[in-house]
Amino acid sequence: MENISTSNRSEIFRSFWVATWLGWQIESNWTRPFLFAIYSIIKPLAGAAILVVMYSVITQGNFNMPIFPYLYYGNAFYQYVSAIMTGISWSVIDDREHYKTLKYMYIAPINIPAYWVGRGVARFLTGSISVLITIAFGVLFLHVPLNLATVNWPLFIVALVIGIAMLAMMGLILASITLLIAHHFFLIGEAVAGALFLLSGAIFPLDVLPAWLRPVGFAVPITYWLELTRRSLIGNVVQAFPTLSHFSNLQLLGILVGLTILFGIASTFIFRFCDYRAREQSLIDRVTNY
Amino acid sequence: MMDKANPLAVMPVEKASDWNLFWKTVIARAYPRVVGQQREKSWIFFDIFLPMLAVSAYVFVYRAIHAPEEYIGFVVVGGAMTAFWMNIMWSMSMQLYWEKEQGNLALYIMAPNSMMAILLGMALGGMLATFLRAIAIILLGSLLFHVQYAIGNFFQLIGVFFAAMTALYGLGMCTASLFLLLSREADHLVQLAQEPVYLVSGFYFPIRSFNFWIAAAASIIPLTLGLDAMRQLVFSSGALLGFLNVNVELSVLLILCVVFLFGARALLGNMERLAIREGRLTESRR
Repeated sequence: MENISTSNRSEIFRSFWVATWLGWQIESNWTRPFLFAIYSIIKPLAGAAILVVMYSVITQGNFNMPIFPYLYYGNAFYQYVSAIMTGISWSVIDDREHYKTLKYMYIAPINIPAYWVGRGVARFLTGSISVLITIAFGVLFLHVPLNLATVNWPLFIVALVIGIAMLAMMGLILASITLLIAHHFFLIGEAVAGALFLLSGAIFPLDVLPAWLRPVGFAVPITYWLELTRRSLIGNVVQAFPTLSHFSNLQLLGILVGLTILFGIASTFIFRFCDYRAREQSLIDRVTNY
Repeated sequence: MMDKANPLAVMPVEKASDWNLFWKTVIARAYPRVVGQQREKSWIFFDIFLPMLAVSAYVFVYRAIHAPEEYIGFVVVGGAMTAFWMNIMWSMSMQLYWEKEQGNLALYIMAPNSMMAILLGMALGGMLATFLRAIAIILLGSLLFHVQYAIGNFFQLIGVFFAAMTALYGLGMCTASLFLLLSREADHLVQLAQEPVYLVSGFYFPIRSFNFWIAAAASIIPLTLGLDAMRQLVFSSGALLGFLNVNVELSVLLILCVVFLFGARALLGNMERLAIREGRLTESRR
């Protein structure tokens, strides 16, 4: 019995690490390192620059208002959401339709959810590069406040780790659903990431949303994760926005952990259901060719 | 009609040639763009829903920083125009690459039709299908965010729109031929051409916010001047926030039309020859 459990654990870790390595190869070896570096720098900076220009046009370049670091950090860290969540779900379509290897993954001695999460790690790494570049640019050129001495590092690290686990669970749910749908729904990851960008208060306080949409924002774990990340980096600035100010850091962490566990449980059941349906309907090796 | 003496014989089909063949090819390639894109309901949903999400997010940013109301309208119009840029990138530039991946490109080249006609068909079909989506985004955005329009000169607006579209799809035809040479990197390059273009073309803010020379350089992308001129023509305060006079912008757009259409023809010929010489027309590097 103990041998079986050890073997399962080793299978999960092996699947995860091999998928991480494979994902990194796919994500990074499509071009020369120089072009890859340019791509990694320009894309996130351009996304941030749109918000910076919008902000500076209206405020005449006054970057000292608290809303600026609020939206800048929110936008920077939100890159993890689309990277991890979309990355994990996209690997299903990539393997099934593009490389046509999903069926081989299924007959190999690997753990499929661990393999998908591993594929998402590569996107996490490229996403981390984007986040770091965006923050460094903001701090160096736009006076985005960041004092490394006053950063609440334990809170930042705990929030980041839980947040990434939460995003991986959400990605797993999307990947499971992707098993059942055709290639032309490849935008599902982007659609969910886009909707959550709007609803999680990433670049504006939730109070700005219409009253009927705010409850959805409060139900999204990303809202609490972004708030904790901002608080850990620029605690005093965040006080200016009342939306979540009545929650202490510990309460926010509690909510985030609770929602992450909830999504973890949901992802297990949804994977089992979708996996069963996909096998029943012979969808594992389907090529929709869109 | 069958020959009574020989039931297997069929009447010879009159073959199209020259301009007749050219226009038949254009229509044949435009048809799946118009009809196919309407048949796939999920694409209609995503094509409208995704830009609407971005539009809404940027509108709420402007509301959070108490921007004047006309900026909300700027975002809605800019968001609608993203549909055209996405269409250019994913359905024009990437198309020949996808055709190559699926093995159709060689058939296109073997057939006795002009590749320019195929690209033109893709452009016209894509333009019409995307126009419907852009209208939906403008209607939805205007209703949701109470955008007020004050159209000054309707005919000039139509002229600017068609000049911008012709130049834009001309640019799409140019990039499509460049993508003939690409392989796995095509997907990443298209992704790279999104946010930076939204930034320099002023999709969500007036292009005048940039330094003159940056705005002038960005004007090589037809949507930059097209958007700026359309905003000047549909919003009461548009002219105050405009980059150049509308007539000047329209003239530049007309020049861009000529440059990109002739450029596409020359590029397509050169790239096709290069791709044939280097054996890239049938390669599929995954």
